[in-house]
Amino acid sequence: MSTLEDVKPVPVSLGGVRGGPDVRTLRRDPWWHFPAATVAFLTVIVTYLMWAIFQNAYYFVGASQHRDLISPFYSPCIVGSCVPGAHGTFLVIHWWMWSPAILAAAVPAGFRLTCYYYRKAYYRGFWQAPPACGVADGHTLYTGETRFPLVLQNFHRYFWFGALIFNVILTIDAIMAFRLPGDGGIGVSVGTLVLVVNAALLWLYSGSCHFCRHFCGGSVDRFSKHPIRYRLWKIVSPLNQRHMEIAWASLFWVAFADLYVRLVASGVISDPKLF
Amino acid sequence: MPDYQTHDFDVVVIGAGGAGLRAAVEAKERGLRTALVCKSLLGKAHTVMAEGGAAAAMGNVWPEDNWQVHFRDTMRGGKLLNNWRMAQVHAQEAPDRIYELERWGALFDRTDDGRILQRDFGGHRYARLAHVGDRTGLELIRTLQQRAVSLDVEVFMECKVLRLLKDAEGRVSGALGYWRATGDYVTFNAKAVILATGSVGKAWLYTSNSWESTGDGHAMALWAGADLIDMEFIQFHPTGMVWPLSVRGVLVTEGVRGDGGVLRNSEGRRFMFDYIPAMFAAETADTEEEADRWYDDHIDNRRPPELLPRDEVARSINTEVKAGRGGPHGGVYLDIASRRTADYIRRRLPSMYHQFMELAGVDITVEPMEVGPTCHYIMGGVRVDADTEATTVPGLFAAGEVAAGLHGANRLGGNSLSDLLVFGRRAGMAASDFAEGRTGTPSPLVSEVERAIAEAEAPFDRQDGDNPYQVHQDLQRTMQELVGIIRTESELVQALDELDKLDERARRVSVPGGRAYNPGWNLATDLPAMLTVSRLAAKGALERRESRGGQTRDDYPKADAELGKVNFVQRLGAGGAFTITPAPIAAMPAELQKLLEEEPS
Amino acid sequence: MAEVTMRVWRGDPGGGAFTDYTMPAVEGEVVLDVIHRIQAGPAPDLACRWNCKAGRCGSCSAEINGIPRLMCMTRMDSLPPEEPVLVAPMRTFPVIRDLVTDVSFNFEVAKRIPAFTPEPAGPDGTHRMMQVDIERGQEFRKCIECFMCQDVCHVIRDHEENKRAFAGPRFFIRLMELEAHPLDTLDRRQLIHRDMGIGYCNITKCCTEVCPELIHITDNGIIPLKERVVDSSYDPVARLGRRILRRRAPAPADDVAVKSAGN
Repeated sequence: MSTLEDVKPVPVSLGGVRGGPDVRTLRRDPWWHFPAATVAFLTVIVTYLMWAIFQNAYYFVGASQHRDLISPFYSPCIVGSCVPGAHGTFLVIHWWMWSPAILAAAVPAGFRLTCYYYRKAYYRGFWQAPPACGVADGHTLYTGETRFPLVLQNFHRYFWFGALIFNVILTIDAIMAFRLPGDGGIGVSVGTLVLVVNAALLWLYSGSCHFCRHFCGGSVDRFSKHPIRYRLWKIVSPLNQRHMEIAWASLFWVAFADLYVRLVASGVISDPKLF
Repeated sequence: MPDYQTHDFDVVVIGAGGAGLRAAVEAKERGLRTALVCKSLLGKAHTVMAEGGAAAAMGNVWPEDNWQVHFRDTMRGGKLLNNWRMAQVHAQEAPDRIYELERWGALFDRTDDGRILQRDFGGHRYARLAHVGDRTGLELIRTLQQRAVSLDVEVFMECKVLRLLKDAEGRVSGALGYWRATGDYVTFNAKAVILATGSVGKAWLYTSNSWESTGDGHAMALWAGADLIDMEFIQFHPTGMVWPLSVRGVLVTEGVRGDGGVLRNSEGRRFMFDYIPAMFAAETADTEEEADRWYDDHIDNRRPPELLPRDEVARSINTEVKAGRGGPHGGVYLDIASRRTADYIRRRLPSMYHQFMELAGVDITVEPMEVGPTCHYIMGGVRVDADTEATTVPGLFAAGEVAAGLHGANRLGGNSLSDLLVFGRRAGMAASDFAEGRTGTPSPLVSEVERAIAEAEAPFDRQDGDNPYQVHQDLQRTMQELVGIIRTESELVQALDELDKLDERARRVSVPGGRAYNPGWNLATDLPAMLTVSRLAAKGALERRESRGGQTRDDYPKADAELGKVNFVQRLGAGGAFTITPAPIAAMPAELQKLLEEEPS
Repeated sequence: MAEVTMRVWRGDPGGGAFTDYTMPAVEGEVVLDVIHRIQAGPAPDLACRWNCKAGRCGSCSAEINGIPRLMCMTRMDSLPPEEPVLVAPMRTFPVIRDLVTDVSFNFEVAKRIPAFTPEPAGPDGTHRMMQVDIERGQEFRKCIECFMCQDVCHVIRDHEENKRAFAGPRFFIRLMELEAHPLDTLDRRQLIHRDMGIGYCNITKCCTEVCPELIHITDNGIIPLKERVVDSSYDPVARLGRRILRRRAPAPADDVAVKSAGN
């Protein structure tokens, strides 16, 4: 394994005098708009997420309300304290006494935290490394992702595999949401659509992931010898180009889905049946 | 006098375009101490601007193609004034040089069965140009650059060479230059020197050439006593941008026509059908229908007249514009938008798309481009031995555009990149042989160094001389107006007169500032070479009283059979005057002669 | 007559400052045209690099209004007319004079990349490659080495000391080109991981934003390369899989290391 001693330095003389004035940036356009907006959006959504995770209530709309809707943050609900009906069936952790959402959201959160797009967003927005192109990052020392903890970003792929399991579970949730017990049995409500769109966006998000692209075909050198992996790679590559947009859409939607379930479960609104 | 550092090498290559890099790679592979000296950064030489491809009869697209056909096309394109041996060697060795690039990492576009794809170009009977979209030159230079780096060739970047240095016995034994970054002088002692300095285009106003193309190698060879031939043959590429004015002359690749683009005048007529010369009538389509069918079927149809050799097309455009059938900016229309899908155009011609979009605000997938001739290439240059690229001065070799012979009176598109590879390698081999066979340490005469440094320093000592930029602009205007695409005796005489005056002014330029990275001074040191090659071109054009290839005389509109048998040799005579004398072209062996006479099947 | 004001940084390692040049405006011009007119007029010794003036050679990189751009491809009419146009040298490299910087760092890194090492040719002495096999590499070979990605990359722009350990975006796409080359036989992943410092990149994508050739440096180059490095250095499953299947036997890392040290 690598140690810093292994590194053979580039034979350049450091410390040459640089040109241009010693200022943070020469840019005069409003470069701070982007990092500021990123920080604002991420802060709002993460704050809401935290609140939703720790609230530990109103995450399930059950048969009493003629629906089967579970918040994506709380699925699968596998602890003893889960509300009836939202329970996992084959695995229940009875000693867990905190919010079930902590278990359910950990892997997807880790997946997003190590995502190549979100890394860019929070490195630019929060760490200011750099805040924008051609704007000094202001850090005295910078080692990037070479040391603990950021070296763990390299484990993104494991979260991807984990996230796929959650995609399956949330897809099952979306299918279950077609059940309207006592309200016609099977049908479609707004809540159904919210969870279906949620599952679809999560699949798109995982499918457009940079590791997914690597896994499908990016690691192949000779595409002509691996036609199937090449075809997969050709499907994933254009999605990958839209990874940023998909990441934001699915993040927004997953929070919205939670909010929707929460509002219905707490009785603030009712979930209208469509057909 | 300022101090200077000295480096010792076996082989010094001046110029790091395709020919220079290929020569340096060859010498280095032979194990010789090799230096590569270039005016710009490594990888920026004008070779990167080559777009269409490198001609090599690999027969990947048309199995009918072979070196004999390539030889024939090259000779006919050059109006038979070519050095037949060079044309033969070139056609025979080009495929190997292309495959060699692939082994060094080049990624050429592919055929469906995974071989190197070849594209059509003007004057080539078959699709023959190995290419990478429209950035083949970049691929070539980057591949050679990476090869040179991996061999650890010593590269001296941003080092302008002022003079070749000779020893007491008259052998070229080194070169004197200066570092642009510091202005400090440097000499290279070398057993053999290879000139690979490229073109002369910057003496003209509208040119596709970069600032480096100031004819340094041509002039230095002349000053060192070498023979130059056929300096009147200058290729005006038919399609350069004409608007905006600031990009006038920037190249529009022949690949646009190779891929289906056509030329139209302001009346919408495909005027090239009106200009088919007798020499090419047998193989050129005379109806639009046949021309259009040719792209898919080369066997049963003849080629479109837009793909005639460059001299023919450039002259035709010139005539159309003069007759008042040009566009608003003095060009004609090159239209591919109405003939190919937007997707195809963007895939095949990405750089052209980008260039017109960014610089002219023209979307070439929707609108035609307005184009006109631009000074592009000099067929003439240093006279070399066909097999060794040795010049007439011992120890001096030349390859690429600076050397003459391969292209005769007119170069076919695509033959330049393969020229660089074939003769770059041969120059590297022969210079290595020469260096290995040379005994003793090269000892250039110091007096030469001192004189050249004093001359280079002079602009700093003058206070109120001419601005070198002004002299350069006036030179460009003179050459553009008087030694342009169409020439006539009175104008050429006037040009020589103007050049005398410009010479005087160049001797009096002054520059402010110091020697460190001072472009004004750099230009002042480029002027002597530019003036020299301008004079050579004008004198050659005056002397050759005929029209042939890159020389079109209004007063002698026909080719002269007698002049078709001679090169005009120019050299520095006693007392510093240029002399010009005709020299007969070597006779061609019968079997090659037969290739030319055979009509295409 | 309309005028433009160019605020050009002039100086050398001893220091410098912006100097204003007011020139007549000319239709269709790019920044480099105006710089040339300044050279031909008020400041013949104004230093700048340029060659092709058509966006092909990558010589005239500078920072225009604070953003790395090619001067020859930046039209004057694309810049805000009401304020002076700021033209400064690339920040990441030591200045030589005015707009010219010492980019030798890049040439030093280039020397450390083990050359393309193809498998033997086929029976006819040539290699076969399908277009789909080389398209990734062709994108990276569009690189014109303007070094603006190297300039904008904060890893070395803001941290001089990292130049010893970090190759920079231009060389990651070169390495990705070689890694994904259908004929190449070397495995450079340990080198990329240890000596080229790919871990320093935090994929903030400024290299992609400034690339004049529109190469997707991050998405198509650096990230796929990071994933390949993960395969070889951080992924026990992938390692185990390789060992079992004996598919792509990695070249001994020492070979590659020796080769790079030899330069």
